[in-house]
Amino acid sequence: MQLPSLSELNLGLTVPALSLALWACILLVIDLFIPRDRKSVTAWLAAGGVVFAFIANLLVYRDPGVAFMGLFVADEFAGFLNIVVLLTAFIAILMSVDYLKRTGIERGEYYVLLLMTTSGIMFMNSANDLAVVFIALELLSIPLYVLAAFRAPEERSEEAGLKYFILGAFASAFFVFGAALIYGATGSSSLPVIVDAVGRALAGEGSSLLLLLMGSGLILAGLGFKVAVVPFHMWTPDVYEGAPTPVTAFMSVGAKVGGFAALLRILLVALPALTVAEGDAVAGWQTATWVVAALTLILGNIVAISQTNIKRLLAYSSIAHAGYVLMAVAAAGTPGVSDQATRAALIYLMAYMFTNLGAFAVAMAIEKDDGSGTSLDDFKGLGRSRPLLAAIMAVFMLSLTGIPLTAGFVGKWVVFQATIEAGLYTLAVIGVLTSVISAFYYVRVIVNMFLEDGEGDPAAAATPYVQWAIYLTFAGTLVLGIIPSLVTNLSGPVALAVASLVP
Amino acid sequence: MVQTEMYVMLAVVLFVLGTLGVLLRRNAILVFMSVELMLNAANLALVAFARQWGNVDGHLFVFFVITVAAAEVAIGLALIVAIFRSKKSINIDELHQLKG
Repeated sequence: MQLPSLSELNLGLTVPALSLALWACILLVIDLFIPRDRKSVTAWLAAGGVVFAFIANLLVYRDPGVAFMGLFVADEFAGFLNIVVLLTAFIAILMSVDYLKRTGIERGEYYVLLLMTTSGIMFMNSANDLAVVFIALELLSIPLYVLAAFRAPEERSEEAGLKYFILGAFASAFFVFGAALIYGATGSSSLPVIVDAVGRALAGEGSSLLLLLMGSGLILAGLGFKVAVVPFHMWTPDVYEGAPTPVTAFMSVGAKVGGFAALLRILLVALPALTVAEGDAVAGWQTATWVVAALTLILGNIVAISQTNIKRLLAYSSIAHAGYVLMAVAAAGTPGVSDQATRAALIYLMAYMFTNLGAFAVAMAIEKDDGSGTSLDDFKGLGRSRPLLAAIMAVFMLSLTGIPLTAGFVGKWVVFQATIEAGLYTLAVIGVLTSVISAFYYVRVIVNMFLEDGEGDPAAAATPYVQWAIYLTFAGTLVLGIIPSLVTNLSGPVALAVASLVP
Repeated sequence: MVQTEMYVMLAVVLFVLGTLGVLLRRNAILVFMSVELMLNAANLALVAFARQWGNVDGHLFVFFVITVAAAEVAIGLALIVAIFRSKKSINIDELHQLKG
């Protein structure tokens, strides 16, 4: 067997993801020489790494190709999601600098772990082989387990870390077993090879079909845990509440982007032809994702109404938003609509990224140093004491509801459009109705800020960097909402790249 | 030669036992061991399938799973030790600070 030469590996395409992973390792050593009271230097070095990866990604993004003998794909799909993830990481670093200092958990390892999980998500966006998806999934998850418990020895944070760890490891085991069964049915772990073998397995004996169905079910469950869809959502509110707030903000976007990237690529590249009955036009997994999406939308939005803590409220809201992205995934099961639906999912994720990070940044600005002050009552009177902050929070809440002229509206519009094109009318109606329900709890935050009288002085902790994070996400939310063509053009060729990957 | 089906049956049994262990056990260490059992069930299935197909994809996958499982052990035990230090217990029923 001929060993591949270095140039055949196409290392250039992996620079954005690899450079971030390498920089994390180097930063771990550099951090040892940075004095304890100047740990913000580590933050700026980490931010520099993110900016470098961002620029490298923009250069690679236009020029698709495969690296590592087909294990790693750098296409527009991955490039677009890398932009979302790197922006998330940058904003999360901005949010963390002061927060870590004032809550007394300022340690350099924090930024190293953040860079590692970011590179894990980037590998996940590009993974073209079940084994690579698995390793990327773990590179994403393991640093997040530690970050969730970063406030140790505070008991709530430790509890969040352990809960996330146990359920995350449980989900990974499901994923690996599913991958093993799919390998058993098809004889390969490479996604483009699996798609050919699926056709042969369907034509052949029944045991292969059973393995394929069980395997894809287990993979769906494993990735469903990561993106927090019903019935695999139980960990979300507890972990989101207990983890330090910037970690929660990062996790609520980053882990979902990685999970949905792997989900879309596995379903659309490896399993598009997996049908249960002979002669079916749509993919066999469409019904499963459809039902899960509907359950997620209903449960996430209804349980969120009764929440009194902003972090728990945003946790249930993030479950609901995973449901909207899953609507697009279900729509992608109809051949012919899959390009449009993939594009819709990507636009939704970008819109959700700006809005959700912004909402968490405002929640963090009014949080007290000991982690209290995250109740919805703490928003009372914010409209009078900090009118600008309150107005921006109101825009974020409207964007999460999906009111026109905000990013959230554009995201929901494209997702509903794809769902209707795919002929899933019931699902589209459920989506619209649950959006109306979601207005109840989002508007309640606005009412608390402007119409209720509060005591104390909210937003004492809105420090400069947090404010920069808020302005950045606010600008993103508005620009996306007013000029949606910016992002719809950017993601124009994205979905096509996914489809054309099949050799 | 033992048939592949037999190995896969055994792997499924081990996987189900591991799942039940995670759901029913209350001691964090035992829950964690059950997760390891699930991962090793997957390893057994991968190796059996690799023999059936006559290629090395499955073997390679197993190496990665073993490595990642080791990394998970390191993180998991560290978290469990941290919890034990502050609570003097690793019963997961006693983790109930976060509710709502």
